[in-house]
Amino acid sequence: MSDTIAIVGAGHAAGELASALRQGGHEGRIVMVGEERWLPYQRPPLSKGYLSSAGEIDGLYLRPQATFDGARIEFIGATRVVSIDRAGKALVLSDGMRLAYDRLAIATGTRVRRLATVDAARADVAPNVHYLRSFDDLVRLRPQFVAGRHVTIVGGGYIGLEVASAAVKQALSVTVLEAAARVLARVTAPEISAFYEQLHRTAGVDLRTGVAVRGFEFDADGRVTAVRCRPAGAADDFLVATDLVVVGIGVVPNSELAAAAGLAVNDGIVVDETTRTSDPDIVAAGDCTRHPNAIVGRDVRLESVPNAVEQARAAAATLCGQARPYRTVPWFWSDQYDLKLQMVGLSHGYDRLVLRGDPALRSFTAFYLHDGLVVAADCVGRPKEFMLSKRIVAARVPASPESLADESFDLKSLVPANEAIRS
Amino acid sequence: MVQIRFIEHGGAEHVVDVAPGTSVMQAATANLVPGIVADCGGAGNCATCHGYVDADWVGRVPPASTDELEMIDAGCFHAQPNSRLTCQIAVTADLDGLTIRLPPTQG
Repeated sequence: MSDTIAIVGAGHAAGELASALRQGGHEGRIVMVGEERWLPYQRPPLSKGYLSSAGEIDGLYLRPQATFDGARIEFIGATRVVSIDRAGKALVLSDGMRLAYDRLAIATGTRVRRLATVDAARADVAPNVHYLRSFDDLVRLRPQFVAGRHVTIVGGGYIGLEVASAAVKQALSVTVLEAAARVLARVTAPEISAFYEQLHRTAGVDLRTGVAVRGFEFDADGRVTAVRCRPAGAADDFLVATDLVVVGIGVVPNSELAAAAGLAVNDGIVVDETTRTSDPDIVAAGDCTRHPNAIVGRDVRLESVPNAVEQARAAAATLCGQARPYRTVPWFWSDQYDLKLQMVGLSHGYDRLVLRGDPALRSFTAFYLHDGLVVAADCVGRPKEFMLSKRIVAARVPASPESLADESFDLKSLVPANEAIRS
Repeated sequence: MVQIRFIEHGGAEHVVDVAPGTSVMQAATANLVPGIVADCGGAGNCATCHGYVDADWVGRVPPASTDELEMIDAGCFHAQPNSRLTCQIAVTADLDGLTIRLPPTQG
């Protein structure tokens, strides 16, 4: 019996899924279709070390071509899936070909949210306006990302702040424009935002919060020469002269293909705890999905590498007939300057914040409590506390604010003795 | 090329040849060795590339950093004195023949 599994997408989740299918015993054909021409690669370094290096794509591949070849994993690159013909069990590709499948995995990831200024269409094609999601984006940006230039970064989220850090390292001068009242507002507490704002300002970054980007000034060649901004509540715009612009204002899930095929979509492709979509022959994994998360206690869509690879392995298990509930504690990391930020859990809705350690010493953990349970932690320069926090958040244990704040209190004592051995 | 031997907890062996300059973790994932998960891709964030350096090699592998030791202590369920995060061991010619045993589970 033929059993072809097609994978739409060739990012982190897709690459892990393909490998895990072979490791899990799938004997049939595996075909991965990617819009980019590259094999699956690591994206996190694009906004970190790779921005200030001359690193090539080979160093980012999840696995080399020879490994995929050896595992008989086929890759069709530089090709978009135009539609999913569920009735005919085939993918329609941008080159007009049809790819028949028996079962399907969707791992289409996200794409960058684009500017929405009145002149956005013009800005989008300006040679010095950049987004940063793909290796090709990086290749376009890197020649302009050189000492002495002024870069204006739109967005004070992880990507924007990591780019700011890399720019300082490369001796560019940097302005960061954030529309919200503080950086990292979507993901962290005001205390942590304040810490990172000070970190960047101390490094020389001109960081402005509560400032909306209204548009751009262009020269005769269509290059942006300045960013037009307006502070919240102000009546007038001001200009930030710049050599280049990097936009990092979030991502949106690539779920249109699934929606057009009639699969359930709700800010992400809806999957169950075994990664099945509303079609039992189709699974989905990674940033593009919304899954029920028992630890968080609600449906979530996560934008993270750990979720992409862990959920991909769960999807492969489902396709290999070894379905098991996907149970993950969300976690994330960000490198800025010489500081490692590691975060676990989702802090949304917390009612108490507890600091352990002194932010002034650049080594501390912020615990987020909700109804007395530790629901999340942000660890700055504290890898050990991060590892313990993962176990504490996963176990949903109560903890007193006094204990958490007391550095002589052993956090290990909060990890339940009967903690299940994790996969 | 440098030869590295991985021994799964169940005893299955995988002998792989890799170029110097990669990490021991990459040597495993590039060859689809089961048991090395490496969620974070080598950034030293996840402690899911845990392995035991074989007794003969313990003194010959460059030592772990404090951060790595703390990650192992706090994050690896089956930690032992010879535990390492394999993403933190760079493959060099000196390590030709290195044997890494894998724990029953990562995490």
